Amino acid sequence: MDTSSGGLVRSHCVGTTAVVYASDYLNKLSGEKIERECRRQLNCGCRALVIDFSDTKLVNSIGISILLGIIDVAEKSGAQIVFSDVNNQTVQLFEMLGLTRHVVLAKDEREAILNLSHFETTTPVVH
Amino acid sequence: MEPSTQKLIHTFGALADLGQEIAGTGDFTEMVRTSMHLLLGTLALRRGAVVECSGPGPLRCVAIWGLSDQALNGFEIDEAEMESFLGGEICELLVRNTSSANVFLGKYRDKLAGEGVELVVPMVVRGEVTGLVLLGGKASGEEFSNDDFETIRAMVRHIGVGIHTHRLLEQLAQRAEENRRLYDELRTIYRDTVRAFAAAIDIKDKYTQGHSERVGRYSEIIARELGWSEEEVEGIQIAGYLHDIGKLIVDRDIINAPYKIDAKNSIELNRHPNAGYEILAPIRHPYADIPFMAKHHHERLDGRGYPDGLTDQQIPMGAKIVSLADSFDAMTTDRPYKRRRSFEDVVIDLRENSGKQFDGKVVAAFARAILKEVKGETRERRITKMLGKSYLEGDQVATLLTDLITDLERDYSRKEAKAQSL
Repeated sequence: MDTSSGGLVRSHCVGTTAVVYASDYLNKLSGEKIERECRRQLNCGCRALVIDFSDTKLVNSIGISILLGIIDVAEKSGAQIVFSDVNNQTVQLFEMLGLTRHVVLAKDEREAILNLSHFETTTPVVH
Repeated sequence: MEPSTQKLIHTFGALADLGQEIAGTGDFTEMVRTSMHLLLGTLALRRGAVVECSGPGPLRCVAIWGLSDQALNGFEIDEAEMESFLGGEICELLVRNTSSANVFLGKYRDKLAGEGVELVVPMVVRGEVTGLVLLGGKASGEEFSNDDFETIRAMVRHIGVGIHTHRLLEQLAQRAEENRRLYDELRTIYRDTVRAFAAAIDIKDKYTQGHSERVGRYSEIIARELGWSEEEVEGIQIAGYLHDIGKLIVDRDIINAPYKIDAKNSIELNRHPNAGYEILAPIRHPYADIPFMAKHHHERLDGRGYPDGLTDQQIPMGAKIVSLADSFDAMTTDRPYKRRRSFEDVVIDLRENSGKQFDGKVVAAFARAILKEVKGETRERRITKMLGKSYLEGDQVATLLTDLITDLERDYSRKEAKAQSL
């Protein structure tokens, strides 16, 4: 869990997949915390990232830019990335801006992990 | 919602956030970084950077995203390249546009393309290039549309204004700092000059060397104890240094007479407050009322002082402070016709003359300041140093001061209550 900026970013690991939970409003402050947590998980050896948007009502421009940064970092690390439980309005935004060309959208966390199951390795991850 | 409507709302939201960011007074680098994110996020651009230039020379990277840290190392811009960014169509600034006449692109095209930069937009404010915004391609893989160019142009202009404003504020802060330093220097020069004057005044009187300097320091201590502001404390100190400047026109033999002077010479000596005022009034002092403090430092609350015979409320507070400091120093230093008095004697004199010659509040403040030193409550022992270490020794000193303070505070409480009842 990232606590470095005072606030918490909820996350947990399922095998080599890290699930990171976005907050209700994805802006600069919360976006940077999520980015740091994703980087940390990738540095710890995660091979896939699920960003769960179940609590997220709104994503602003900075949030988009930061998400693109996370996608970039994941791609450079050879990691797969899935966005789960994204509300309709945000899905439309992601589609309009082309984010969906780079990430898979999943209905919920369970489906996301299922999608990524082929990506799993047996290497244990130390956190 | 129609995609075009949604795009419009998304862009408007970003512009509103950008305006707020630019108008903020927070950290400059953070402002640029946030502005860059807003621009990248508006069109979903995967990488970008903001570099600034304050003339021909190396470009300074302020914010970078999605590009390697070394991506812009060694980038420089010269006058011709800066000029090539003024005017022209934005599509001229697409990195892949090999027919572009832009000189900068001509020089760095390969390097920029290698880093994934697709568009270089200048930040132009008041006809000057303040920096460049380098942008990567859209996450959608689409080409930039004319609407995108308009959005980019508007947002880059905003960022440019933000950088320009920051520079102006920085220059302003530097000038303000420079002015403050010069002002401090001037004040130091003024104070040193005044102290030199004080020394010159005291040299005329061989028995009272250091008197003006001490009166300045006592006055400062009293004013501080009374809760005056730092500016006012500095002012009263200067008034203390200069209170006897009028003595410069008094015959040296009168000042140095080794006996109590006669009435005629006394009249001559008593001219010094007015003379001091005449000397000080034409000078533009950085502190208020210094000439009046010199003029009225021999006034008494009972109206028996000189030169104007003013009474209590008519006497400026500063003059009351200097008056006490002056008398205290006269009582506690050896004079040509008498040795200094014991501290007990001085306290008795101050008590007897409070309300007649001295303002009780001023005397009480001075007594409190001395008591703090006697009790060791102050870091510096400035009064003790001026009086000599042994002068304030003895168990009775603290008791004398405490009793004096209690008496005076009771007196002026009664006086205030009486004034309120009237």
